[in-house]
Amino acid sequence: MSAAPILAAFRQAFAEAWAGGAGALLPLGFLGGAAVLVPLGIGSDTQTLKAVGPGIIWVSLALSSLVTLERIFQADVEDGTLDLWLQTGAPMAALAAAKTLAHWLAAGLPLALASPLLALMFQAQASVELLIHLGLYTLGGLAFFFWGGVGAALSATVRRGGLLISIIALPLYVPTAIFGAIAMTGGIGSDGAPLLLAASTLFACAVAPYAMAAALRLAAD
Amino acid sequence: MTISTAPLIHATGLAIMRGERVLFRGVGLTLSPSDAIVLRGANGAGKTTLLRMLAGLTRPEAGELARAAPHHWIGHKEGIKPQETPRSHLALWAQAWGSTADIPEILEKMALTRAADVPGRYLSAGQRRRTAFGRLLLEHRPIWLLDEPYTALDAGGRAMLDGFISSHLVANGALITSMHDAAGFPVTHEVTL
Amino acid sequence: MWSYFANPHKFLSLSAWLAPLFYGAGTLCILWGLWQGLWIVPKDEYQGGDIMRVMFIHVPAAWLSMASYSALAVASFVWFIWRHELADIAAKAIAPLGAVWTALCLATGSIWGKPTWGTWWQWDDARMMSVLFLLFLFLGYMALRASMDSRQKAARAGAILAMVGAINVPLIKFSVDLFTSLHQPASVITADGPKMAAVYLTPLLVSGLGHALLFGGLVMTHMRTEIRQRRIARLTASALEG
Repeated sequence: MSAAPILAAFRQAFAEAWAGGAGALLPLGFLGGAAVLVPLGIGSDTQTLKAVGPGIIWVSLALSSLVTLERIFQADVEDGTLDLWLQTGAPMAALAAAKTLAHWLAAGLPLALASPLLALMFQAQASVELLIHLGLYTLGGLAFFFWGGVGAALSATVRRGGLLISIIALPLYVPTAIFGAIAMTGGIGSDGAPLLLAASTLFACAVAPYAMAAALRLAAD
Repeated sequence: MTISTAPLIHATGLAIMRGERVLFRGVGLTLSPSDAIVLRGANGAGKTTLLRMLAGLTRPEAGELARAAPHHWIGHKEGIKPQETPRSHLALWAQAWGSTADIPEILEKMALTRAADVPGRYLSAGQRRRTAFGRLLLEHRPIWLLDEPYTALDAGGRAMLDGFISSHLVANGALITSMHDAAGFPVTHEVTL
Repeated sequence: MWSYFANPHKFLSLSAWLAPLFYGAGTLCILWGLWQGLWIVPKDEYQGGDIMRVMFIHVPAAWLSMASYSALAVASFVWFIWRHELADIAAKAIAPLGAVWTALCLATGSIWGKPTWGTWWQWDDARMMSVLFLLFLFLGYMALRASMDSRQKAARAGAILAMVGAINVPLIKFSVDLFTSLHQPASVITADGPKMAAVYLTPLLVSGLGHALLFGGLVMTHMRTEIRQRRIARLTASALEG
């Protein structure tokens, strides 16, 4: 087996992510919108904003993954690309993982990278902690994209599958959201939380591609 | 070099259901080198489904299917992304398949030189078909599975495609295709669904 | 064993008398459990007084919600490996019933929680959250099946999702458990045997058995309906083709 089809799938998905949904701009717009609307909605009290800031960023990360993922496999079904990828002879799980990774790089990673800036807008202290949080958002976003990818692959043939992806992916997002929140709030058990977050992300990366592959074979059938 | 005449595809008793409806059952065919099989049948008879089955995309409900050589698949949907140009599309699949084919030459054969750098969303239906057929020339594969290949092609496009198919058959390639019109290449047998 | 039960004809003749038996026995158990729970057992002031009597519905519902998701996952797995149609029919029948019992568990839990803890809903309670996510898993499963355009595709998509959900349940549960729980620690099944007084335990177990029997009976009726619906669809399709 050669890695060429997997690299090609990654390249195509990355190009599509940037061309199709304005790439990183869409989720960043999401985050920007939340950053502006939340203080307007709940008031500009410094302590409140400080408390909700990390949560808002997690929610935006989860929502932006859902918005981005709605099209990733659906477009492949509609334009016939899925048929071609299924016939390359490369393991479909690897191709699905490559595509998901490409979309995460285009939409999830920029969001994590922008998080320190947004944290500052939510009155966080400028400190090295923001960079640690950046790492947590990076890891957590990856898990969101892989589990969301399962929902996207299962609903690839469903018109207006966005709602379906949300309801399928929501329970799967729970461990990531909880470990991430515990790691950031610094309560009991927060020492091990980053490791648990990393472990659950690895679990997602290991399991989700096989489910995506099975779902995509079904979508083409 | 000895030329093998062992069948490239051998299928017996294929059946497929859609919901509770039996689309077809008991379909069998044997494809040998230099064969050109044309699938006939009314709309909805299951020609596309049978081709997808032979390509390994659709799982048969019953029956045996053996494919002894790699195949090319061109379906109704060309598999071109809106941002892909004919040139980048062929380059991508050359990369995926590990092909070293000369892409400008293929574009020229497909009469796509002028449209070579036009993104997929601006290509005409015929240009999209020609781009997809360009994939046939990226890599030699003995089996071609083409679903209604004449669709959206002008007279020149058909003649060009007929030429490719004829030389593929002469070179011991084989073809299964569905079509409603008369074929412009020598047909070995027809299967009616 | 699977092949024996996987035969729809055998299932139809077996369930024809088993389902009514389950209904009858289940109803009796539930009624006895409720009578004991509502009128006979003494109230426990520590658990909120009379409101603790909701336990005789709440706890069986909680057991059933978890058992039904396990059953859904097992049925999906059996279908995915052996493609026995009856396993898919079972999975399809279990999902809405599991969702109903899970919702019942959440509703009775809220009713119990308001006077006892002073809140209808507690976001950092581990068991509430786990059960809520279980409900989402059921709803997602049903929504996915409903949006597929043929029963074969619904079966495949549903099985994939149920198995993905099942392998995530331990992780979800573990993560949610990291939050502090308002619930008392496990008291029915512990290493030293039941800690609960027998006066509560017996009606609770009987009630639980009743819910399980009722659930089983409903699943069988649901499956019988589905088998016949598929038969009708098959006959209609062949009649249309002549």
